[in-house]
Amino acid sequence: MYRYDEFDETLVRERAKQFRGQVERRLKGELREEHFKPLRLQNGVYLQLHAYMLRVAIPYGQLNAKKMRQLAYVADKFDKGYAHFTTRQNVQYNWIKLAEMPDVLDVLADVEMHAIQTSGNCIRNVTSDHLAGANLDEIEDPRPWCEIIRQWSTFHPEFSSLPRKFKIAVTAGETDRAAVRVHDIGLHMKKNAEGRIGFEFIVGGGLGRTPYIGLTTREWIAKEDLLSYLEANMRVYNRHGRRDNKYKARIKILVNELGLAEYSRQVEEEFAAQNTWEKVVLPQEEVERITAYFAPPKFQTLPVVSSAFEAFKAGGREQARWAKNNLRPHRAPGYISVHIALKPQGVAPGDATSDQMRAMADIGEQYGLDDIRVAHEQDVVYPHVKLDDVPAVYAALKAAGLHASNAGMGSDIIACPGLDYCNLSNARSISVANEIQAVFADPEFEDEVGTLHVNVSGCINACGHHHVGHIGILGVDKKGEEFYQVLFGGRADEKATIATIQGPGLKHEEVAPAIRRVIGKYLELRREPTEKFIDTMGRLGQAPFKEALYASA
Amino acid sequence: MPLLKDGKIADDTWAFVADGDELPAEGHVAVSLARFLTEHETLLAGNHQVGVKLANSEDPGALKPWLDRIGMIALEFPKYVDGRALSQAQLLRRRYGYTNEIRATGQVLRDQLRLMIRSGFDALVIDQADAEAVYAFSSHEFSEFYQAAADQSATIFEKRQQARQVKKPTDERTRNGN
Ligand code: SF4
Repeated sequence: MYRYDEFDETLVRERAKQFRGQVERRLKGELREEHFKPLRLQNGVYLQLHAYMLRVAIPYGQLNAKKMRQLAYVADKFDKGYAHFTTRQNVQYNWIKLAEMPDVLDVLADVEMHAIQTSGNCIRNVTSDHLAGANLDEIEDPRPWCEIIRQWSTFHPEFSSLPRKFKIAVTAGETDRAAVRVHDIGLHMKKNAEGRIGFEFIVGGGLGRTPYIGLTTREWIAKEDLLSYLEANMRVYNRHGRRDNKYKARIKILVNELGLAEYSRQVEEEFAAQNTWEKVVLPQEEVERITAYFAPPKFQTLPVVSSAFEAFKAGGREQARWAKNNLRPHRAPGYISVHIALKPQGVAPGDATSDQMRAMADIGEQYGLDDIRVAHEQDVVYPHVKLDDVPAVYAALKAAGLHASNAGMGSDIIACPGLDYCNLSNARSISVANEIQAVFADPEFEDEVGTLHVNVSGCINACGHHHVGHIGILGVDKKGEEFYQVLFGGRADEKATIATIQGPGLKHEEVAPAIRRVIGKYLELRREPTEKFIDTMGRLGQAPFKEALYASA
Repeated sequence: MPLLKDGKIADDTWAFVADGDELPAEGHVAVSLARFLTEHETLLAGNHQVGVKLANSEDPGALKPWLDRIGMIALEFPKYVDGRALSQAQLLRRRYGYTNEIRATGQVLRDQLRLMIRSGFDALVIDQADAEAVYAFSSHEFSEFYQAAADQSATIFEKRQQARQVKKPTDERTRNGN
C-alpha cells in the first residue's frame, strides 16, 4: 500500500486545518451556507435529511487494519457506532456534527486518510479493481496509476470548479471489475501491437438520469502521455461542458452533443497544442517509487490443494456454500481472495458496526497480509488469504456476524440509502431491497438461481446503479406515493449495457412477488443450470420476463 | 470594491468602456473582445493602454496576435463555482506566454483565491473586508502542490526529484515516463 511522504502528509494536514477554519467561519456566521456549501462538498460533507453526512475517501478501495480500526473509532466516537461502505469504494458516516467534522479529519489524517474531493464538482476519488494484484487475468497492477491520478487530481488548480462531478476508474483485468465503461473517464490497461502496456481511454460513460456507456477515444495511450491527455480532456470539459442545467452538465452530455468525432478532435487539438512545460510527465524514478509500494507480497510456495480447505468445504452445508460463493481464484497457488458480503438479510446494504470493522481489521491483519479492500459491490475483500487459513477466517467472520454467503447472488443487492437518509430520494430503497432479499432467503433456492445482480436506487440519480443491474429497481414518486420501475438486462462489466425499463411502476409490496415470478420464468427457460440469468435473457430477449413481471398486476 | 494587485490594495487605473460608447482620448481603456477585434488598429495606435474583458465562454486564443501589446485582461467569475476563467488564465499564461495583468472579476471569494493565483491571476476585484490580510492568509494556506501551474511554485514531484538527485548526483536520467 502507498505510504505518505512528508509532502502528502503536509498537504492533508493543511487541508484539515483549512477546513477547521472554514467550519469556524460558518459556525460564527461569517460564511453563508450558500458559499460554504461547495467548500464542504469538496470535503465530503453533505447536509442530509437528519444530519450532516461525511464521506471519507478510500482511494481505489485500499485499506489496511490500522485504517479500518481508525474508521471504527470514528464510528464510535463521532457517529452512532456504524458506517456505510459505498459503491464508490468510500465509507460514509450519517450522523456527524458539523462542529466535530474538523476533529474527525485530524483523526483520519493520523492514519493517512482524508475526505478530499469525495463530493462536489471536482475530480472524485479514483476507483479500481478490488482484486488488483491478486486476480488471474490482469496484465499489470493498476493501483500505481490510481495513486498517480489521485496525486495529480488533488486540489488541481484548474479543475476544482468543473461543471459537475468527475469520476475516473482504472482496471487492468480482462474482466472489468471496476465498471470503467460507466465512468466519466474509464482507463483499461492494455498492450499495444508492440506489447507495451498503456491505456484504452474511454470517455463519457455514466449512470444518473441519462445513462451512457462510455466511448473509446483512444484505443491505446502510452503511460507517459496519460496525465497530459487527461489534462486535455479535462480542459475541453471545463471550458465547454454545459453549466446551464446540472442534469446536463456531466461530460457524457458534452460528448453526446458534440458527437464522438468532434469531441475527440477538440481534445486532440488541445493535446497537440500543449507546450513541453505544460506536459505532465512524472520522472521515471517517481513512477518507480510509487509502483514499489504495490509490489506483490512475498507469497509462500504452497500446494494448489489444501487439505484443511477441502475438509472445511466438506464440513457442513453453510460453510460449503460460503466457500462456493464468497471466494475468488488467486494467482498464487494455495491462495484465494475472500469476499465479505455486507448484505445479510434485513440489513442496509454496505453497513457495518464498529465491532465488525474491528473484526475485519483483526482478521485481515492476521490472515490477509494486512491488505483489505472495499469493492464497488459494497463488499469488503481480503485479496490474499492462504487456503489453509480459510477455516479460521470463516470462523472469525462468523463470530462477528460477517459470514453471509451470498456474494454475487440474488440477495447480494446494491442499494442506495434512499428515503431513510437521502433528501433527494423519491422512495425507500433499503426496505424494498430487504424484501427482494427475502425472496432468496432459502440458500438452496438462491444457489439454484445462481449469479444475479439486483441493484436498487431511490431516485433517478441512480446511486444504487439500477441501470447496470441484471435486474434494476428505481424508486419514483407518483402523486406522493412510492412506485418502483423495474429494468432488465444491465451489466457493468466489460460487456457494459444499460438496462431497459419494462413498463409501469409497481407498488412497494408488489415488487418482491414480481421479481419472484421473473426468477421462476428464468428457471423454467434456462437451457441448463449453468446458464446465468443474464445469459438466458440475452438469448431469449426480455419479453418473456416482462410478461412474468406483470403477470398478476 | 477594492482591487488587489499582487496582494496589495492598488488604484484601479483602468476604465471599462462599453460597446458603442465613445473612447476617451487617452489613458487605460478596457473593451470587450468583440470591440477589440473590430477596433484594435485604432485602439493600439492611439494614446491608450489597452485592456480586454473576456466573457468566460470566449477563447483567449483570439487575442494571440496582440498579447504583447495588451496591458490587462479581465476574466469573469459570474458565479464563483464556474471555473471556466481558470482555464482561460492558464491558457494565457502557460500556452501563450502572456505576462501582463490578468484580473479576476465577478464573484471572487476568499476560498477561491488560491486556485486563481495558481492559475495565473495577479489582480483581483474582491468584496472583502481586510482584503490584504485575507489574501496573505489564503495564498499561503497550502505549502505543497502536486501540479505545475501558472505561478512558479515547485511541485511535489519536482521536490521529490530534487531530493533523489541530491542523493544520487550521478543519475543522469531525465523526465521520461515508463
Ligand atoms: S439514488 Fe437518489 S435516493 Fe438514492 S442516494 Fe442517490 S440521490 Fe439519494
